[in-house]
Amino acid sequence: MEIKEKVISIGDTVLEMRGIKKHFPGVIANDNIDFQLKAGEIQALLGENGAGKTTLMNILYGLYKQDEGEIFIKGQKVDINTPKHAIELGIGMVHQHFMLVDVFSVLENVVLGLKELKLKIPKKRISKKLEEFSKVYGLKIDSKAKVWQLSAGEKQRVEIIKALYRGAEILILDEPTSVLAESEINSFFEMLKRMANDGKSIIFISHKLREVLSVSDRITILRKGKVQGTLRTSETNKQELTQLMVGKEIISRFDKTPLKKGKVILDVQNLKIFNVKGIEALKGVSFKISEGEIFGIVGIAGNGQKELLEAITGLRKVNSGEIYMNKEKITNKSPRIINKKNVAHIPEDRIEMGIVPNMDVSENLILKNYNQVPFVKDIYKGRIRLLQNYEEISRFSQKLVEGYDIITPNINTPVKTLSGGNIQRLILARELSSNPSLIIASHPTYGLDISATEFIRSLLLNEREKGAAILLVSEDLNEAISLSDRVAVIFEGKIVKIFEAEGADLQEIGLMMIGENNLISNGGFNSADKNI
Amino acid sequence: MEVLILQIKIYKSLFIEYEKRQQITSEESVKYKLISLFVAFFIMGIIFAALQVNPFIALGSIFSFSLFNPNGFAAVLTRMIPLLLCGVGLAIAYKALFWNIGAEGQLLLGAIIAIGIGVFVPGIPDPLLLPMILLMGFLLGAVWGIVPTLLKLRLNINEVITTLMLNYIAINLVRYLIYGPWKGPYNFPLSDLLPAVAWEPLIPGTSIYVISLILALIFALGSYFLLFKTTIGYEIRVVGENIQAAKYAGINYKKTILITMIISGGLAGLAGAGLMTGVQHRLTNPEAISPGYGYTAIIVAWLGGLNPISIIFASLFMSILIVGGQNIQILLGLPFGVVNIFNGVILAVIIAFEFLKKYKIKFVINRDVIDTESELNKSINLKA
Repeated sequence: MEIKEKVISIGDTVLEMRGIKKHFPGVIANDNIDFQLKAGEIQALLGENGAGKTTLMNILYGLYKQDEGEIFIKGQKVDINTPKHAIELGIGMVHQHFMLVDVFSVLENVVLGLKELKLKIPKKRISKKLEEFSKVYGLKIDSKAKVWQLSAGEKQRVEIIKALYRGAEILILDEPTSVLAESEINSFFEMLKRMANDGKSIIFISHKLREVLSVSDRITILRKGKVQGTLRTSETNKQELTQLMVGKEIISRFDKTPLKKGKVILDVQNLKIFNVKGIEALKGVSFKISEGEIFGIVGIAGNGQKELLEAITGLRKVNSGEIYMNKEKITNKSPRIINKKNVAHIPEDRIEMGIVPNMDVSENLILKNYNQVPFVKDIYKGRIRLLQNYEEISRFSQKLVEGYDIITPNINTPVKTLSGGNIQRLILARELSSNPSLIIASHPTYGLDISATEFIRSLLLNEREKGAAILLVSEDLNEAISLSDRVAVIFEGKIVKIFEAEGADLQEIGLMMIGENNLISNGGFNSADKNI
Repeated sequence: MEVLILQIKIYKSLFIEYEKRQQITSEESVKYKLISLFVAFFIMGIIFAALQVNPFIALGSIFSFSLFNPNGFAAVLTRMIPLLLCGVGLAIAYKALFWNIGAEGQLLLGAIIAIGIGVFVPGIPDPLLLPMILLMGFLLGAVWGIVPTLLKLRLNINEVITTLMLNYIAINLVRYLIYGPWKGPYNFPLSDLLPAVAWEPLIPGTSIYVISLILALIFALGSYFLLFKTTIGYEIRVVGENIQAAKYAGINYKKTILITMIISGGLAGLAGAGLMTGVQHRLTNPEAISPGYGYTAIIVAWLGGLNPISIIFASLFMSILIVGGQNIQILLGLPFGVVNIFNGVILAVIIAFEFLKKYKIKFVINRDVIDTESELNKSINLKA
């Protein structure tokens, strides 16, 4: 193909987007965006949630069609209508959620849907090519392994290989580090740099400043659908970027008051749980949380955090061990009984579990106490409760919408139309409005923009101040450590160690999260990098 | 990741493009429903034309007979009663995402118990007989609905299959009774007649059985109230919309689904008992008792958007079509089954239009695509 044959050397412009406009009902997602990408560069696309990063990339990848504006690939004007078309033009995209067939092998996934396949897959030829990738870029992978056997990081590698195999010259990575463990990130960046040196151009979508600063050559900052500027990474700093991103200085240091530890609220003793597949997900976990304390649990997803939280909230049966709340046994009690003990639960899957998307804001705000006065009419001495009191529900909802800054046209708007940050505000409003004595928070700020994140963190700190015991599960190590009073590292269903959060060693914790704690004493900090 | 825009090539540079909608207003929703009916009429018009009948006369006489002829309109209201009861019941089950296809069987069980009590149980005081029959009709219909519900909740057996199969059991149970133990004195496959005290009063000069009609309207309004104003209604909607959230909120979803199916089966059973006390007065062939009311009610429930108040109008509309359809069958000498084709076309078109509520569709002519494609081809040729 002519477009690809044209000689492009490092530093030439491979992609130019000019005056891109895209609007959705009620919002302008992209407002006159200009974007340039050079061969062999890693350019970060930085911005809060809803800044328009993903929309812009979806336009480039042919998932959306821009309302106005032009796209040029290697100087030629193109009109990208489908992802297939984008791939033909040498654009590859790795989404946050992987699009792989679990029961297929890596090799089968890589060639899936290619036209060159006839009756039989030429496995030898393909695996040779895959070996080449792993040599050149450090993309090491067992091509015979089935995808379900792979970790999230490895699946991501498969997605990248898939794009490269299809001849991608421009690689779009949407929040690629969100699935990686702290210790995998460095080697991932190493790999990106190797690809860039080889002349590939990489667009790195992120809202994590630290990563953007350490990997990119240039940074384009978007805010509210507009480009705020494109800067050389070497000539900028965190403060400047934050200012461009959010339009105001945000201090990421938390004003945490000294710990006022009260009586023990939650006491988990030697908890063992078998998961659906009959594998022991928790292998004897014990800890205590007191009033006024935030207890963080950090670990890579899938090490038993989910099972632990479901057991405490009554959503999953425990095989052995006990859970006490205020010295009262709540092991294997129903969610309703545990709810009534004033437990708030901010679930990990906020859309799948935390809300009813098609129901309106007010009906979602009473999801936990819908059957309690004043939301039901007390017909006879608190015994007959049959009718919902919609006037009271409206009044209550109005109050929460205002108090928690939930941005919604009105309280009768279906929740599915709200943004991610506002959905999370709604969940927190509901869960915290009953002054809980125990709060179970699972990834409370995951995927949210800076202002929503700050708001939610301050709410949790405020509850701590008021004396709630808080169990915080987070993948964001910085968040877990800066919010918590104590932090437990969980790995393969066991708590490896419990730290005082103050002065905790990030690297040590990072290694424990991937089960490399034995290396700490040997001084083998870099081993994780060497492995890959 | 969800695909948000999709283009389908029709011919060369002509594309259909569809994009996911964020939300749809109620006016648009009504608009699409009206358009879908229009499209359905249009398709039926073609079918009438193919049968060498003037489509305007055919469609016109469907409505003129069932709306403006007193006999026609009375027949419409009579037909509407079982459709309304079954349709409202199905809507409640569907709201909780329980796919009850078994209204037909639940209705027949209501009919069986009506005759069982009215004819074979002695000693019930006269004034109590009719209420007793209707109540037991509700209960037996509910029982027929509870069976598949328990199978689903306990053993996770697909309710579509079990409710459907229970229909055939009910149909053959009726056959067994009228050919066997309940066969009347004249050697016809008919049971004995209900005693006259158990007959529902009719509006004079018509076949409209009043008590069931009033009950059906009360239950429709009551179901609306139940779904949108009560605690159990809230639970039903949460369970149907997001079962994960229901578990999270501590809702006993099994109990909730069981309650919806008691109501759903019960209302169908009541419809069956009503057909005995108001129309047939004896157990006859299952096809004569119900020409598929339980299935037509599925259409009615969806036509009414699972909203009990809209279902009142949907059931009225559907019986207009049925009565009108039967009329033109005789009037214009159309083949048997045209009415069924009509119903099928309407349902298919309505379901197809559900798609339009979710996606915005437009036709686009895309010249750039041919340009790049031909250029690509050119360059490939050059290389070769």
